[in-house]
Amino acid sequence: MVLEFKPQGIYCPTGDFFIDPWRPVDRALITHGHADHARWGHGRYLATQAAAPVMRHRLGDIHLEEIRYDEPRRIGGASVSFHPAGHVPGSAQIRVEVGGEVWVVSGDYKTAPDRLSEPFEPVRCHSFITECTFGLPVFTWTDETTIATEINTWWAANRAAGKFSLLGAYALGKAQRVMTLLDPSNGPILTHGAVENTNAVLRAQGLDLPDTVAVTPDLKAADYPGALVLAPPSALGATWARRFRPAATGFASGWMRLRGVRRRRAVDRGFVVSDHADWDGLNSAIAETGAENIYATHGYTEIFARWLNAQGYNAHVVPTEFSGEPLDDGEAA
Amino acid sequence: MKRFTALYTAIDQTTKTTVKVNELARYFAAAPDDDRLWTVALFSGRRPRRAITTTRLREWAAERAGIPLWLFEESYPIVGDLAETIALVLPPPTRNHENSLSDWIASLRALDKKDDDARKTAVLAAWDQMEAQERLVFNKLLTGGFRVGVSRKLMTRALAQATGRDEAELAHRLMGDWTPDTTTWTTLIEAPDASADLSRPYPFCLAHGLDDTRPEELGPPDDWYAEWKWDGIRGQLIRRGGEHFVWSRGEELMTDRFPELARARDHLPDGTVIDGEVVAWDGTGPMPFNALQKRIGRKRAPKKLLAEAPVLLLAYDLLEEQGDDLRDLPFATRRARLDALLMDLPQEAPLRASPLLPFPTWHDLSETRAQARGARAEGLMLKRKDSPYHAGRKKGDWWKWKLDPLTIDAVMIYAQQGHGRRANLFTDFTFAVRAGNDLVPFTKAYSGLTDAEFRKITAWVRKNTLQRFGPVRQVKPEHVFEIAFEGIHQSPRHKSGVALRFPRMKRWRHDKPLNEANTLDDLHQLLAQYG
Repeated sequence: MVLEFKPQGIYCPTGDFFIDPWRPVDRALITHGHADHARWGHGRYLATQAAAPVMRHRLGDIHLEEIRYDEPRRIGGASVSFHPAGHVPGSAQIRVEVGGEVWVVSGDYKTAPDRLSEPFEPVRCHSFITECTFGLPVFTWTDETTIATEINTWWAANRAAGKFSLLGAYALGKAQRVMTLLDPSNGPILTHGAVENTNAVLRAQGLDLPDTVAVTPDLKAADYPGALVLAPPSALGATWARRFRPAATGFASGWMRLRGVRRRRAVDRGFVVSDHADWDGLNSAIAETGAENIYATHGYTEIFARWLNAQGYNAHVVPTEFSGEPLDDGEAA
Repeated sequence: MKRFTALYTAIDQTTKTTVKVNELARYFAAAPDDDRLWTVALFSGRRPRRAITTTRLREWAAERAGIPLWLFEESYPIVGDLAETIALVLPPPTRNHENSLSDWIASLRALDKKDDDARKTAVLAAWDQMEAQERLVFNKLLTGGFRVGVSRKLMTRALAQATGRDEAELAHRLMGDWTPDTTTWTTLIEAPDASADLSRPYPFCLAHGLDDTRPEELGPPDDWYAEWKWDGIRGQLIRRGGEHFVWSRGEELMTDRFPELARARDHLPDGTVIDGEVVAWDGTGPMPFNALQKRIGRKRAPKKLLAEAPVLLLAYDLLEEQGDDLRDLPFATRRARLDALLMDLPQEAPLRASPLLPFPTWHDLSETRAQARGARAEGLMLKRKDSPYHAGRKKGDWWKWKLDPLTIDAVMIYAQQGHGRRANLFTDFTFAVRAGNDLVPFTKAYSGLTDAEFRKITAWVRKNTLQRFGPVRQVKPEHVFEIAFEGIHQSPRHKSGVALRFPRMKRWRHDKPLNEANTLDDLHQLLAQYG
């Protein structure tokens, strides 16, 4: 086997390294900087140049080596390269080749382009380890322009009604992507500290984000009437959000496709914005790899594997104990 | 239909009642009569007859979406709503339409007389003309069940806002067994005589739980009446125009289910409406609720059942006398008139006054309350003597002071995902007690945990599933929960031999290991004591 599933995570015996391990290991190849993929405590890290700043910001002083997309690297007896996954800026799929046999670990990915991430590139392989967070036919996304219109219309209506627009979005990736959809002529964009910290890191590496105002303790909300406030979902219900009143609340996540989840969140509006592939995206991505063996992880694995088997693939489920803890639904995704 | 879909969406997108009421009022002020009449009907639980089985709808949706039926069926519990699942899997529409809500309802009802092929063609064509949200609404019409977080009360308030009419009067108008076929918007909402319909009940006055309020905070005991809180079904007995009608609180006409109450005609004059509790009666007192349950389940009870579980009405309020609406009179006055009316009734009459329980002090009353199980009641009702008969639930004048529930510590053994707001969360559980080395299931429970706890247990269930039976997962017996319930009865239909009344999860006992959960013997002891 080129790659194996071990209690620490996905392991390459030939190169003696792990990919996105969730227990401390000596050598970790990291697909992207989200907390459930880039964990603390590994001896050495390898990640894309574009993912590195965020990882340093989050994990502090780590032994991190950088790699460009498509750059070949030899680790032990294995050939390794990173390829854009379209999930968040810097996110990668990792290709591992041993003795002519090619495996690809998808990490998290999104096939539809956005205005920030390096667009997803299919990589031919024999075996594909794919996430399937939204691996059900009920999950299909609308295009970027339609979502932008929805959010901006909502914002403008709130503003006209004398309200703030409090929008929850995961601080790394999702919030910035939402920012690129906003129409700044609607008013100022305020950001929670967690979002602004990531903004600073991404701006420093050259990404083009609209102007934002960081919400500091002494900021007077009244100075920014009708502002859109971007915050991590957990901050929406906290004291932090109380200074923005009256406010309409919204939440940006693929889970917002489901009315039940939307209602559980008890926000006024749910916007279906995901940084994962939808049903069609997953299926087309898998087809484009040309892989025969598919390993489904993170999501509706059993259902998705059964579907793939019926489509003629040789599909397997990566057991949960070998795939770590997923984040709470709706937090990221 | 677009206007109605917009209303549905607006209501669905907010959690604030004022916004809901404003949206509804705007709709009621602007929509055509047929549409707003149907809207009132739908939001008060009057849905068109189901013309197509959900089995067919699932098959057609899966076929149209190009997915196997099993994949549709797997998606359904995750979405948690059939109408929504169908709306989400279908491909985008290729056409548009301009039909109104009542147009679509009319065409759906016309399908009743068509064959399966014609139905399929019509439904597929409809789906192909609608965006996802409109499809969801349309599918809700197909499948019934229009639960959108609009209570009857909110809708009535919006109607009052839109029409400038009195809210209580409107609430009364909306009662009864009208359908959009038997009435019009004008007759239902605007015509001069609200009580034109002989059978129309009054909106029920509802009580709040006393919960954390101490009875001492209610003022002098002398301002209050106390009664037993019976465990039957709330009912209104209407005697008008030579006939009688029995309504449940859920506004179901139950006249034929309880033929015993027909004899009330011999004892009550025309123009009388009584509020009370229908209970199964063994000659000396009320029987356990499950005796009444058997009666509720039968549209017409067979002789044997009539003999085993005869019902009567324990009357506690008089709402109409000689055709006059008494609801604005003080409760003490209404109660005195009720007693006068029932005073001379013979023993065999199918109704009697629910006794008032005297109490010089609140302390005396709390001692009376402790006797409730012995009186086969589930607690006390407190009613302010000078209170009018409110329409609906109004805090302050009527209180329920229930007994503390019985409890037992049980082990969770099966879990199933919830629906609607609880979709994609494991919320429906089966619990067991210990019997030697075995675990004997004895109840299900769905409520009582916080959202955070449900999320936590959901993550645990996903990782600790031993076996799957369709949507049901057998989980590792590990977690102990304190189950609270109102009553316990013998039940040969259950493996454990008992049935609980209103079981719910009171607490997640993180502190209790499996071997400290209660046993089947403990359960049977409770049965012996309280059953």
